[in-house]
Amino acid sequence: MIELEGLCKRYGTFTAVDGITLRIRPGRIFGLLGPNGAGKTTTLRMLAGILEPDEGTVRIGGHDLAREPRRARALLGFVPDRPFVYDKLTGVELLRFAAGLHGMSGPEVEARIDELLELWELAPWRDHLVEAYSHGMRQKLILSSALVHRPRALVVDEPMVGLDPRSARILKDLLRAFADRGGTVVVSTHTLELAEVVCDELAVVDHGRVVAAGTLADLRTAARSEDAGLEEVFLRITRGAAERRIASLLGESA
Amino acid sequence: MTVVRELALLLGPKWRTARRRGAGARGRGGRALLLLGVGAIAWPLVYVTLLRFLRAVRGVEDIGPLLAAKLLSLGLLIFLGILLLSNLIGALSSFFLSRDLPAIRAAPVDWLSTYLARLAETTASSSWMVVLLLVPVLAAYGRAYGAGPGFVAIAAAALVPFLVIPAAAGSALTLLLVRVFPARRSQDILGLVGLGAAAMIVLVLRVLRPERLADPESYRNLVDFLETLRGPSSPWLPSQWAADAMLGSLEGGTDPLGWALLWTTAAAAVTLGAILHVRLFPGCFTRAQEGSEGRAGDGRAWRALAALLAPLGVRRRELILKDVRAFFRDTTQWSQLILLAVLIVVYVYNIRVLPLRTGGGVTGYLVTLVLFLNLALTGFVLAAVAARFVFPAVSLEGRTLWLLRSSPAPASEVLGSKFWTGAVPLAGLALVLTTATNLVLEVPAGLMLLSLVSILLLSLAFTAQALAWGTFFPEFESENAAQIPTSLGGLLFMLGALAGLGIVLVAQGWALRDYLWSGLPGRTPRPPWPGEIGLALGATVVFTALTGLLPYRAAVRRFARLDRG
Repeated sequence: MIELEGLCKRYGTFTAVDGITLRIRPGRIFGLLGPNGAGKTTTLRMLAGILEPDEGTVRIGGHDLAREPRRARALLGFVPDRPFVYDKLTGVELLRFAAGLHGMSGPEVEARIDELLELWELAPWRDHLVEAYSHGMRQKLILSSALVHRPRALVVDEPMVGLDPRSARILKDLLRAFADRGGTVVVSTHTLELAEVVCDELAVVDHGRVVAAGTLADLRTAARSEDAGLEEVFLRITRGAAERRIASLLGESA
Repeated sequence: MTVVRELALLLGPKWRTARRRGAGARGRGGRALLLLGVGAIAWPLVYVTLLRFLRAVRGVEDIGPLLAAKLLSLGLLIFLGILLLSNLIGALSSFFLSRDLPAIRAAPVDWLSTYLARLAETTASSSWMVVLLLVPVLAAYGRAYGAGPGFVAIAAAALVPFLVIPAAAGSALTLLLVRVFPARRSQDILGLVGLGAAAMIVLVLRVLRPERLADPESYRNLVDFLETLRGPSSPWLPSQWAADAMLGSLEGGTDPLGWALLWTTAAAAVTLGAILHVRLFPGCFTRAQEGSEGRAGDGRAWRALAALLAPLGVRRRELILKDVRAFFRDTTQWSQLILLAVLIVVYVYNIRVLPLRTGGGVTGYLVTLVLFLNLALTGFVLAAVAARFVFPAVSLEGRTLWLLRSSPAPASEVLGSKFWTGAVPLAGLALVLTTATNLVLEVPAGLMLLSLVSILLLSLAFTAQALAWGTFFPEFESENAAQIPTSLGGLLFMLGALAGLGIVLVAQGWALRDYLWSGLPGRTPRPPWPGEIGLALGATVVFTALTGLLPYRAAVRRFARLDRG
């Protein structure tokens, strides 16, 4: 469903993404892990068609994003890491706009918008301007905007930021249900608990490259830590000795 | 830490940001080259034109030097008005909306350092364009009066307080407005600012009656006219003090009163501003952080507009609806429409009071000249309106660009929707303004057609150019829509649009040259031939199409590659 082939992105002399190749099948939730600045967000932005790669191709549902951008993007719902939306639109107007960008309107869209607002408990706020929404409410509104046109693939960058525990649970269930119905999900996250519980496959990205990929069991094998949790596996793969020293550092300064 | 060190610390990031923007511009090559190119054309043009005028005028006995002095004080008065308005808007950003304010408020920084740093930021961001415009003007005065290089220091010494006074006054006024204004959102103040500025313009127009200066016959005798010229245009304003101070030194003397008034007023304004800041700012800042509780239902007007736009297709309809809604719900956007409405009334009034009517009729040749002048001035107004309302369209997408870029909406459709959202009201304004003034002027049918078609095409070309410049020079980090047109891109758009307007006017003048010459003294006046009107129309179509389509197409390609959001 989603294929990334030799994806590269450079900013001057700095290489943010360095030849990432991934194949993500329908019905799977694929997690992208990695330290800050590893190139996850840049990869997802290229996947969503926001950034143009310097090299490599992105194919969504068999459509090359560079050659058939409209067909490829029509299959995709994207949730960015920062919930910036139009402050001067109401919640319902924003969702109508998002559907409109996909050329959709009418009673079916209105019913879909009502369903999504109910799901995220945003219905009482439907006619309020987005500028009055909290961070978490904006995040839920953006998740709704990514789902309003019934996409076949979801690309979600840091989905848990700002969500309360109840909404986080709804999100996990939603991603699972989406994949179970044949959808493809790519999610970038630092929430290792989400990755461990929800993702079928994982890739660890560091310095713009995929340093390990596969199921959690595959990653454990790669990290030579068969019984360890994902956090330990992640730290070993990304050589995270520095992270492990944080506790003692805080102890010294406190 | 001393106030001076804190001040340097607070201004450091702003200075480095500005410098890196400059470095970024150099890195992209084209921008810096363009700026240099524009500077290389605009500065000598202003300098040479003004110098020639000053040399010609100063040769006229008695009246000449007075006219030159009057011109400087009127020019500075206009700049003072621009500075005050621009500082009011700028202070709202730097004192209340800036994203770094929470961090600075939370840090153990002295209030005086914060005030002075924000005042310096407001002064710099609101004044740089006026300073750039003043450079060739003051250079021309210096040369015309034979001043030495010392005049640079004199001018700088006069300009510093001249710029600081409106900045301190504007910042203090913004603070007071945030305190007393009943609206929950600080941006609503701009509505009030718009109304205040509108009232000020009407007042100035009625009190000064500038048209009288152009009509010496309306004075009882020459002595009266000279007295009007000799008298200060605004003895209580810093513009007059700055003009007196600089002219005094140009004429070989000094004007101690002007200098004293300038510097003591600047010091007093900053002191008063600081006192107001320490007393009122904490409360006002808290008020400015209050969120909106705004509800906005799906009203009848929006449903009607949606129905009207239905033939355009779902995507275009939603794109246009989104832009129109965002515009009318954002006070920083629509408040300046009040100012615009007043300017239009003032403009039509000025055309009406022009001394064209001799014996009840309008002189035919004068009408033709005023028709072209009208086209130039209306074009200027339209370019300014496009700079304010169309140029920021892409910048305002900024942080939400991801939604458009990840959707299947092509760049041509997104920019196309923005084009029509800007072009329809702009063309409407252009047609109303031109029709109204043409009716006042009793313009013949052929010329009426020419001017209406010209202004319609110019408004479309200006919209396309404004979008194009806005796409190539987006201001994604701007916290205030009203400030976006004051950026480098906004300035370049205005210069480009005015150059385009000049090309169209020259082409029309060339097409109608025989007709225009027929009206000169000693020749037989005749109406324009249809062929001449057709040629002028053709030239207008070609030049507006070129100056509109080429940048627009480049902008569509550029928009598809914008990587922000």
